[in-house]
Amino acid sequence: MDELIAILKDIHPDVDYETATNLVDGKILDSFDIISLVSEIADKFDVVVSAEYMVPENFNSAKALWELIEKLQDEE
Amino acid sequence: MHNHVLKDLKNTVSKFPDKPAFCGENSVLTFKELDHAIDRIGTFVLSEGIKKSPIVVFMEKSPEEVAAFFGIIRAGSYYVPIDAEMPTVRIHLILENVKSPLLICDDSTFEKASELGFTGKIVKYSEILSSSEIDDAALTAVYNSSIDTDPLYIVFTSGSTGVPKGVVGCHRAVNDYIDQLSEVLGFSSETVFGNQTPLYLDACFKELFPTMRFGATTYFVPKTLFMQPLKLVQYLNEHEINTVCWVVSALTIISTFGTFKTEVPKYLKTIAFGSEVFPLKQFRMWRQALPEATFTNLYGPTEGTGMCCYYRVDRDFEDGEAIPIGRPFDNTEIILLDDENNEVTKENGEQGEICIRGTSLTLGYMNNPEKTSESFTLNPLQKHWPELIYRTGDIGRYNERGELMFVSRKDFQIKHMGHRIELGEIEVNAQMIEGITGAACVYDKVKGKIVLFYSGDKEEADMKVILKDSLPRYMVPNVTKKLDRIPLTSNGKTDRVALSGMI
Repeated sequence: MDELIAILKDIHPDVDYETATNLVDGKILDSFDIISLVSEIADKFDVVVSAEYMVPENFNSAKALWELIEKLQDEE
Repeated sequence: MHNHVLKDLKNTVSKFPDKPAFCGENSVLTFKELDHAIDRIGTFVLSEGIKKSPIVVFMEKSPEEVAAFFGIIRAGSYYVPIDAEMPTVRIHLILENVKSPLLICDDSTFEKASELGFTGKIVKYSEILSSSEIDDAALTAVYNSSIDTDPLYIVFTSGSTGVPKGVVGCHRAVNDYIDQLSEVLGFSSETVFGNQTPLYLDACFKELFPTMRFGATTYFVPKTLFMQPLKLVQYLNEHEINTVCWVVSALTIISTFGTFKTEVPKYLKTIAFGSEVFPLKQFRMWRQALPEATFTNLYGPTEGTGMCCYYRVDRDFEDGEAIPIGRPFDNTEIILLDDENNEVTKENGEQGEICIRGTSLTLGYMNNPEKTSESFTLNPLQKHWPELIYRTGDIGRYNERGELMFVSRKDFQIKHMGHRIELGEIEVNAQMIEGITGAACVYDKVKGKIVLFYSGDKEEADMKVILKDSLPRYMVPNVTKKLDRIPLTSNGKTDRVALSGMI
């Protein structure tokens, strides 16, 4: 989780990712942020986020995104 | 005969009165409704005593915003689009440059508009439309006195000195552009556009003007769908969208994440792209998913009213090859000039600056004679009468097939996520931050990231946060690196080679 927060902080240093739950709905992350995020996640955690998982629910908070990464890691 | 961009509108309205023209997330305007709104806004502008003036439009991306643009044109004035996405600092620079007497906003932007210190009148779109009075006689008189070198818009593009440049475009150039583009891409009343590009740039002309001319339909694809590739494709299918003119990065969002395995945008027949290099791996996925569709690479600067060259993909490419920018549209000439202003021919295979000659040239930069005369110059190949060309700053060459290829930039302009950015503009804004002693930007082409090197007493994370206040989101550096000092070459210039080695 800390590693994920570090990646997110690198995109927007001024966001408190421990508490934020509206990263997408609140327009904090835009589509290009999501794209670079997904490629960083692929590099760091060795998981591929495919199209069906790219929905706001999975990106609205660091926690939701971390759960997705764990789920994808389990599947492999 | 009048060569006015609205010349086909009444004809389209009589053919397709109740057909949707523009469809947004929250509203739809049919051609009849659009026409009424345009005439109403035109009447309002004239009733304010405003003639041939820049009028600011600050609205949410919507069918109504298009009606505001066209309504201003109807009144013989020209629109200046600004957007909530732009930082306030940038909006101020634009307002200072154009000195407009009127700003049209909507409920979503009214508050921000009121805080801009705008010196003209601010009016809401809904207020204008609350009356239905239309002054046909006044509108007709304006139409009849218009000429096709009158301006109709000013859109702002990144400037290397830190101040954005306002490109002024006219009827004649837009009509010529839409003639050529429509022929190349085959637009008709059957065309259903899915628009991706923002309305505050020239990129949206590809949808706005043909929709009105042919009685086509444009859907404004909701921005949030560009992070949800599967839903994006479902949206295209739901609305049976058959034509897209998108930046490459918007297309690759679909192909990268394996979307085609689940759903294919099956109605798409015409795919035009540009502004960036299309990675071949992604491009092949698209062609494989849509073998019947046509793929066209478009190339052109804002100063040439939009696009000026095209290449319809007709063959496969080897790894490492680039997709050509092809050939100029009819009625446009491309000249390649070397450093001594000599013409580079197809035969000699050299490189040269891509220069544009023809009707599609815009009028120049608003209130900026220095920048205008630097780029809009006399044609050095023809000295018998004054003839302007636009020097793009792009370096090109012809390949062995005689197709034009993009090689590089002469300066520090980049294309990042489909946006044209002067790295100098980022540097100037970084240098203006208190405590910063030096700043230099380089573009990491491999990763597609803007890297800012700086020296001074700010933390790396803080730099991004501070720059968000003065730069549009797409210009904020992706990576900030603090150095003791910016490396210089032996003649005292920023050593970009050294910096590139540090990314």
